[in-house]
Amino acid sequence: MVKKRTFQALLIGLVAVMPLASTSVAADKFITIASTTSTANSGLFDAILPVFEEKTGIEPRVIAVGTGQAIRQAKNGDADVLFVHHRASEDAFVSEGFGVKRFDVMYNDFLIAGPKSDPAKVHGLKDVVASMRKIAEGQKPFVSRGDDSGTHKKELGLWKKTGIDVKSQSGTWYRESGSGMGGTLNTAAGMNAYVLADRGTWLSFKNRGDLVVQIEGDPRLFNPYGVILVDPKRHPHVKAELGQMFIDWIISPEGQRLIGEFTIDGKGLFVPNAKG
Amino acid sequence: MSDFAAAFSSAVSLIVGLDAGLAEIVLLSLRISLSAVFIATLGAATAIFRFPGRMGIVVVLNALMGLPPVVVGLIVYLLLSRAGPFGVLGLLFTPTAMIIAQAVLIFPIIAALTRQVVEDLWEEYSEQLQSLGATPARAMPTLLWDARFSLLTSILAGFGRASAEVGAVMIVGGNIDHVTRVMTTAIALEVSKGDLALALGLGMILIALSLGVTGAAFVIREAARG
Amino acid sequence: MDKTILPLHVTDLAFSAGGTNLIDGISFALEAGPRTIVLGPNGAGKSLLLRLCHGLIAPSSGEVTWAGANESRGGSDPARRQAMVFQRPVMLRRSVSANVEYALGLRGVSKNARQAQIDEVLSRTGLQRFARTPARVLSFGEQQKLALARAWALNPQVLFLDEPTASLDPAGTRAVEQIIAAIQSGGTKIIMTTHDLGQARRLGDEILFLHQGKLIEKTEAQSFFERPASNLGQAFLNGDLLW
Repeated sequence: MVKKRTFQALLIGLVAVMPLASTSVAADKFITIASTTSTANSGLFDAILPVFEEKTGIEPRVIAVGTGQAIRQAKNGDADVLFVHHRASEDAFVSEGFGVKRFDVMYNDFLIAGPKSDPAKVHGLKDVVASMRKIAEGQKPFVSRGDDSGTHKKELGLWKKTGIDVKSQSGTWYRESGSGMGGTLNTAAGMNAYVLADRGTWLSFKNRGDLVVQIEGDPRLFNPYGVILVDPKRHPHVKAELGQMFIDWIISPEGQRLIGEFTIDGKGLFVPNAKG
Repeated sequence: MSDFAAAFSSAVSLIVGLDAGLAEIVLLSLRISLSAVFIATLGAATAIFRFPGRMGIVVVLNALMGLPPVVVGLIVYLLLSRAGPFGVLGLLFTPTAMIIAQAVLIFPIIAALTRQVVEDLWEEYSEQLQSLGATPARAMPTLLWDARFSLLTSILAGFGRASAEVGAVMIVGGNIDHVTRVMTTAIALEVSKGDLALALGLGMILIALSLGVTGAAFVIREAARG
Repeated sequence: MDKTILPLHVTDLAFSAGGTNLIDGISFALEAGPRTIVLGPNGAGKSLLLRLCHGLIAPSSGEVTWAGANESRGGSDPARRQAMVFQRPVMLRRSVSANVEYALGLRGVSKNARQAQIDEVLSRTGLQRFARTPARVLSFGEQQKLALARAWALNPQVLFLDEPTASLDPAGTRAVEQIIAAIQSGGTKIIMTTHDLGQARRLGDEILFLHQGKLIEKTEAQSFFERPASNLGQAFLNGDLLW
């Protein structure tokens, strides 16, 4: 029976040690920020949030999902702050009573990447709508987010301007990956296809394959970000005070400066534009 | 091929450099999967005791072994969301939620395999144990102990499934840095960033971990067999 | 000393399964003392009868009554004074002495008292040197001796044995028979089945002869072997009764 005792001791030891393996879960102050994969993948949060935590002692926990999912989570009350980049959805969020108020934070832009060989011959064109029409008419492979995200909605908005019904072409040259920005870029690189991406994810993406920037600079590729506190009147458990501290910080001169100073490979990425 | 070489070297440098971030993620992964295994095993033992051999339960259990992790994650998410029935507990996006999701996921495997083992053993033992005066309740711990080697295999199967899955823990945990990021979600993140070499490197570490746990279990088993 | 559970009264005992009467209206009484051997061809119901008496199986009708208490109503007292050894020994995955200890533990023997009893039965069955050996590693014959030791440690008033030497070689058979004799000399009633006529002649004091679920004869061993009262009994002794 000696063996049984050893076995039992090992088991108990293992169970006892487990709680010790947890590190920061017992943080007293934290807020949950529902944000998007585009923003997170750029590395911005990794760069600037530690400053906020250092200063206030509040741990900002970012859940990075598609804009649609982020908004749904915020509506459910599973987040304290919403930080996404689709103006129409954000305004609806506030007007429907889920959010307190929307603040401008920063903007960057979208670009269209494509294979170096540029089969649709759109490189350097200034008019993004015309370029996309060329891609569609040439039936050149194009990968879409297809996931109801801010980027996806932006993309669909642009397709609408071309007058082409891409949904009906889904599965042919137009492919909907249903993934985050990174996953979509992986797919586009693998298929040598055109893709609409936010500059942040693009700059930090390491698997470009044969893809290069084809179209940028069109004002319609403007990508503004907004931050909203989830309304505590709607969800009383929301950490309104701490969440507001975050919002105040990110639109403050310090937060704005940090955003402006964030670079990838020496290139600036976001332009801070909080008002006042 | 260069990806594999790059992957291997990034894995080695992470380990050799005793990367703190890596250690944190590894410990959390182990903690969550082992906790889930522990809970699922207790649940399985209870279930077997309370519902021995009921045909319907057996069929359902065996079917549930094929539960897609992402579906389990979704269901647990809906239950734990603030908008859901257990929202007040505030468990979403915590390691506890991940443990719950994984425990639910592996419970059918452990229960089905354990039940089979116990049933086979009961066939062999029942008359003698009855003769000695053991009631079924009293016999249960005896059967479980005597089946310990086979049970270890089923527990390892559960651990394997738990530590390998990414869908459920991604949804209920949110892959929050320093809080709910485990090996598999970290790998998924690196893939989405296009850093395939690092992702593969982490994958190699994850496999090594799995080997380590299985190997340790094997050693314990052989030592105990004595 | 506990009150004796003998004599055993079996009244109109019947057991059927799948539409067949496997035990068909058996009645008898067994007193303390003589070694009772249950004899009969294959399928006679010998093993089944033992299991019914020991309480492992519930009868379809009839009663198994131990000195006053009614067994078929599930009284647990008589059961604690009985033990059974099966044709194939069932060993737990633990050491030889742990197997004995397990049985003692079930019976509520205090931890302090156990070791002495374990040592005693192991030495009396010649297994002392295997005390810490995993039971499953032992040879078949030694495992059967362990099964007997385990039963002996319980100090039963009645010991049932179902073909205990059927799978053993002659040396193993002899060793087991010696142990059975020793157990009996301590006051335990032996009730045993066998298909080995030689063994029955060696060990039996009284014979219960079964055929197709019915009790054909219950007699003193010597008279059964010299002059069986029934044709079936005679045919069986001649080796003509195959089932």
